[in-house]
Amino acid sequence: MVIETSAPKTTPSIGDYLRNNIREYGLLVALVVIMLFFQFLTNGVLFKPVNLTNLVLQNSFIVIMALGMLLIIVAGHIDLSVGSIVAFTGGLSAIMLVKWGLHFSIVVPLCLVLGGLVGAAQGYWVAYRKIPAFIVTLAGMLVFRGLTYLVLQNRPIGPFPKDFQLLSTGFIPDFLYFLNPLPGVITNFFALVTVLVLVALAIYYGIRDRRTNDLHGTENEPFAFFVLQMGIISAVAVFLGFQLSTYKGFPNVLVVMALLIALYTFVTTRSTIGRRIYAMGGNEKAAKLSGINTERLTFYTFVNMGVLAALAGMIIAARLNSATPKAGVGFELDVIAACFIGGASASGGVGKITGAVIGAFIMGVMNNGMSIMGLGIDYQQLVKGLVLLAAVFFDVYNKNKG
Amino acid sequence: MDNIILEMRGITKTFPGVKALDNVNLKVREGEIHALVGENGAGKSTLMKVLSGVYPAGTYDGEIHYDREVRNFSTISDSEHLGIIIIHQELALVPLLSIAENIFLGNEIAANGVIDWPQTFSRTQGLLSKVGLKEPPTTRITDIGVGKQQLVEIAKALSKKVRLLILDEPTASLNETDSDALLKLLMEFRKQGMTSIIISHKLNEIKKVADKITILRDGGTVETLDCHNEDISEDRIIKGMVGRDMEDRYPPREPKIGETLLEVKNWNVFHQQHRDRQFLHNVNFSVRAGEVVGIAGLMGAGRTETVMSIFGKSWGHKITGEVFMHGKQVDVSTIPRAIDAGLAYVTEDRKQLGLVLNNNIMHNTTLANLNAVASNGVIDDHKERKVATDYRSKLRIRSHSIYQEAVNLSGGNQQKVVLSKWLFTTPEVLILDEPTRGIDVGAKYEIYTIINQLAAEGKGILMISSEMPELLGTCDRIYVMNEGRIVAELSKKEASQESIMRAIMRSGEKH
Repeated sequence: MVIETSAPKTTPSIGDYLRNNIREYGLLVALVVIMLFFQFLTNGVLFKPVNLTNLVLQNSFIVIMALGMLLIIVAGHIDLSVGSIVAFTGGLSAIMLVKWGLHFSIVVPLCLVLGGLVGAAQGYWVAYRKIPAFIVTLAGMLVFRGLTYLVLQNRPIGPFPKDFQLLSTGFIPDFLYFLNPLPGVITNFFALVTVLVLVALAIYYGIRDRRTNDLHGTENEPFAFFVLQMGIISAVAVFLGFQLSTYKGFPNVLVVMALLIALYTFVTTRSTIGRRIYAMGGNEKAAKLSGINTERLTFYTFVNMGVLAALAGMIIAARLNSATPKAGVGFELDVIAACFIGGASASGGVGKITGAVIGAFIMGVMNNGMSIMGLGIDYQQLVKGLVLLAAVFFDVYNKNKG
Repeated sequence: MDNIILEMRGITKTFPGVKALDNVNLKVREGEIHALVGENGAGKSTLMKVLSGVYPAGTYDGEIHYDREVRNFSTISDSEHLGIIIIHQELALVPLLSIAENIFLGNEIAANGVIDWPQTFSRTQGLLSKVGLKEPPTTRITDIGVGKQQLVEIAKALSKKVRLLILDEPTASLNETDSDALLKLLMEFRKQGMTSIIISHKLNEIKKVADKITILRDGGTVETLDCHNEDISEDRIIKGMVGRDMEDRYPPREPKIGETLLEVKNWNVFHQQHRDRQFLHNVNFSVRAGEVVGIAGLMGAGRTETVMSIFGKSWGHKITGEVFMHGKQVDVSTIPRAIDAGLAYVTEDRKQLGLVLNNNIMHNTTLANLNAVASNGVIDDHKERKVATDYRSKLRIRSHSIYQEAVNLSGGNQQKVVLSKWLFTTPEVLILDEPTRGIDVGAKYEIYTIINQLAAEGKGILMISSEMPELLGTCDRIYVMNEGRIVAELSKKEASQESIMRAIMRSGEKH
């Protein structure tokens, strides 16, 4: 019954490993399957370079907000106000850019700060006054939507200056055009080179990590599995990179998004702040008694959410080239759904950035695929709802079985 | 005379990879109190779950004979129907509903879905008087203490025409007065012919009430002792549980006491909820290096509140008084400051307050001192792993690796993880609140050994315990608390169960 400490270490078989990590790989497999499914149903439109670019542009803001939302959900809270913050900060940026004629290099940081303040205003009530986040942010959702109507005086504002629009519509220029071996096919050689370099780096660091783990006697995943996983991910990355390079290359937003995903993955897995958020979500009282300032931590997760929502607000405004009072309606639901599809637990303490990102893309691909097929918003909502339920059911089922 | 109400024969229950029960036999005679004892993980609770139908027939091997017939329960209601009622350690009451509503929950006295309140209340009244409760049936559960809640559970069992009452650790969270009342009630029921099975770690209580004692060890039946044929000592029971003689339940220690580490002066605290009520009055105490100091007292005496109010003002408000370390006044107004000052507090309730249950051993170990395994806010994986591995082997935490989630550990091992967490903050004074509650005899011994080692290293230990033998066995000095005051300070020589109880009783008379 009792397993002795001296029991010999056994390396898990591939089967065991798969069973233990079924959630993460299952999610990735689901995304790939869904993409292939729509690729088939749309007669190959989905993977077309133009559409892939659109997919990124349409989903970037959901992904960006899912990063912040995941932290909030892991901390054991929820934020219903992000859609309204999107509209509010988008509106403020429009006023500053269009009405006051400020330069975007001033407006962008200013709006991020304002988003942080909005987050702080809500985080204060949640963290220090112990009002449930559901209620605080429900109030915030109404308050900031109302404020948006007020500041925009019920009218959309636009168009934006060209330089601000580049945030959403710009692409990373082809710095390496002079090296392009196939100018007829590849239109942005830099994008392709970047993807190849990143894939090479990922493989290098993956192997290096395994070495250090061996050195320290830490368990590695089975080697065959590592090769398979690296192989599939690299192949997919190279394929997508190639497709994009035959169009306009990397959208600016993609770069912003990728950097943020990397940053938040690092924060959640390697930093003390991330660790403390998980501990707090798992057991707030125990975390507090371990010397963690849980109030401050909660407060800052909301500030962080506000900043990310502001960024998303500007990206959307720039993309639509107008700030409207109705921007971002219902976004909070997409963002929250992305986190739960990605395996976050509604009771806190559980969830991963990679999961939330994949969850966001699953939703995005479904939206995109169904739009191409000409299915209306009615079916889209219906299907998305069922997918959310199925994903969470899968989680619960797995947990009870294990 | 040979009126066997229950016989479980050759019960074997396996979970994936683990044989939880291996050919267990249990024979219970009608009208007796049958105690079931064994270390944590010995299979007591599993056996009772088999009996009550939580694990349905077919998922285990063996036979259950109840009331002279073979029974195959497939749900709990099957067994309840025949009068087998189990009261779990974690009470299953709805805090915001009244006593009456709880007693008849799921079993309401109603016609066509409309509840008959007058009858509900009058029947509740009848049941409550049977268990000796005087509360009106409309009292909410949250407004009565744990001891009374336990009695409500029993009243609920009585409402279902119970014939075989199973109690899983009924006194674990009760103070001595409440425990005594509960045990008396069981003996009263015995007179009326009811049969009970009681699972408990408290051997003195078992000795008091049990007719028979069945001992389980590692999923198998060791023996059944008949308390009427021979005088069974606690050591005899322990021997059966651990499979070896336990010469001394408390490892010996040569105290080497040094300078005063922690000193608390004129500590006054008001109640956390009832804000104008002073709860702690002029508490003064000290802990020296290498010394194990105990705080004895009844439930509600203010022991936990004292240490929590000192540890970063985690309890109470309007806190006044001074705390000194090494004779210098220190600021303990927040938990991080208290930790910096050299204090560590191992909480009473390790699941609610001590551990992040869904995190692994490693993450729990480093939680209170994460900065020591990180630089610039980035965790050094290898350093963290090394720390966790070291503590796991030093405190002999039994787990398959440092990546095992805390929720899957036994009580004793969970407690060791909490200890690891606090030892890693390198405290000078370690405050232990009920450090061995709900853990088995073997693990208790290990915890005492760890306490001794820490004292030998020159740390000061402040220990709260409701088990007096434990305080007497481990402490160099014992403070006695009652009603928010320290009412006595006893040296090891002066301290005994009698002297502690006398101090409590005398102080009670004064106020």
